Amino acid sequence: MEHYISLILQAVFVENLALAFFLGMCTFIAISKKVEAAVGLGIAVIVVLSISVPVNNLIYSYVLQDGALSWAGLPNVNLNFLGLLTYIGVIAALVQILEMFLDRYVPALYNALGVFLPLITVNCAILGASLFMVERNYNFSESVAYGFGAGIGWALAIIALAGIREKLKYSDVPAGLRGLGITFITVGLMSLGFMSFSGISL
Amino acid sequence: MAELKTKDVLFGPILYNNPIALQVLGICSALAVTSSLKVSLVMCAAVIAVTCASNVAVSLIRSQIPSSIRIIVQMTIIASLVIVVDQFLQAFAYQISKQLSVFVGLIITNCIILGRAEGFAMQNGPWLSFVDGLGNGLGYSLILVVVAIAREALGAGTLLGYAVMPEWYVPNGLMLLPPSAFFLIGLFIWAVRTWDPEQVEEEEYEMQPHRVREAF
Repeated sequence: MEHYISLILQAVFVENLALAFFLGMCTFIAISKKVEAAVGLGIAVIVVLSISVPVNNLIYSYVLQDGALSWAGLPNVNLNFLGLLTYIGVIAALVQILEMFLDRYVPALYNALGVFLPLITVNCAILGASLFMVERNYNFSESVAYGFGAGIGWALAIIALAGIREKLKYSDVPAGLRGLGITFITVGLMSLGFMSFSGISL
Repeated sequence: MAELKTKDVLFGPILYNNPIALQVLGICSALAVTSSLKVSLVMCAAVIAVTCASNVAVSLIRSQIPSSIRIIVQMTIIASLVIVVDQFLQAFAYQISKQLSVFVGLIITNCIILGRAEGFAMQNGPWLSFVDGLGNGLGYSLILVVVAIAREALGAGTLLGYAVMPEWYVPNGLMLLPPSAFFLIGLFIWAVRTWDPEQVEEEEYEMQPHRVREAF
């Protein structure tokens, strides 16, 4: 149990997808002007990551991995090279299914997340988490913990940034830095702050 | 006329409409791989190869793609090309491919590539699309190389592994860590916008000028 809590904490703070690995930056910068929008997108990312990472883990360990197809009588087949294509396909399909499911059964949540769900397919944080999961050889339960933690970390970062930017719009920023420039510098300072978590482990 | 257009398509994205500095696309990988120049150069080559090839492929079949599933078709083309690049790097430059780790795979979700396929290659012929891919790839590379030179020179005192800084320079380790990449891009945008004030964003609130009140 302790192992999993440590894995989640590590994914949230030390290896924050947005601030330590620069993943999902395009949406991170674009959708962080308002706190409500940031919360919506953050929740959508948590949901999609906690589903897509474990699903990709199952596909990796039972279909793609070297020798994984031995249950089908093909022990010498290595489909590793198909990984990228499979993960992006799984993510796109998952987002589509999630969208239809929410539309049918949880319309309130669908209306809140609606616009953000399609954006998530091309968010590199989602694909990046799956690739990290493969690179670090997580097993199924570790991948559940990692997907959840990585989502929380990304959501935390974008909500914090949106809060700072809401305050920042009242301040007198030099003309050239206005908007994008100051946002990058703010993210840099946040990333510096998150670096103080490095080395923490349970 | 046609020649002029080709030139515009090639140089426009490098100088006047840079994908990273102005359109803010594809910065994820731009920040992550720039701590060493060598790795950045390999990344640039990979991105240029993928943008050119995907633009040509999409442009060739653009009238056959049904518009409702075009994004999936484009994604599949891009993902297949990235797999080729990834396998190539693993075969011929294993060390660098280890250093790039997941970022080669993340070329798939690089917004520049999908953006160019969707925004340019779907409307234009293969040759122009190739040039457009080359131009955008080079524009992306320009920023990547500038940031990488700054980070490697100041952070490790070397370029491509050769020492370039004078003896007395103490390498600043912070430049190799993630935050410095954000600062550098922020400052870079500041510089570009000072050079070309048209790109400055509108202020959301007008500041009242500071007034000194008379005491008596």
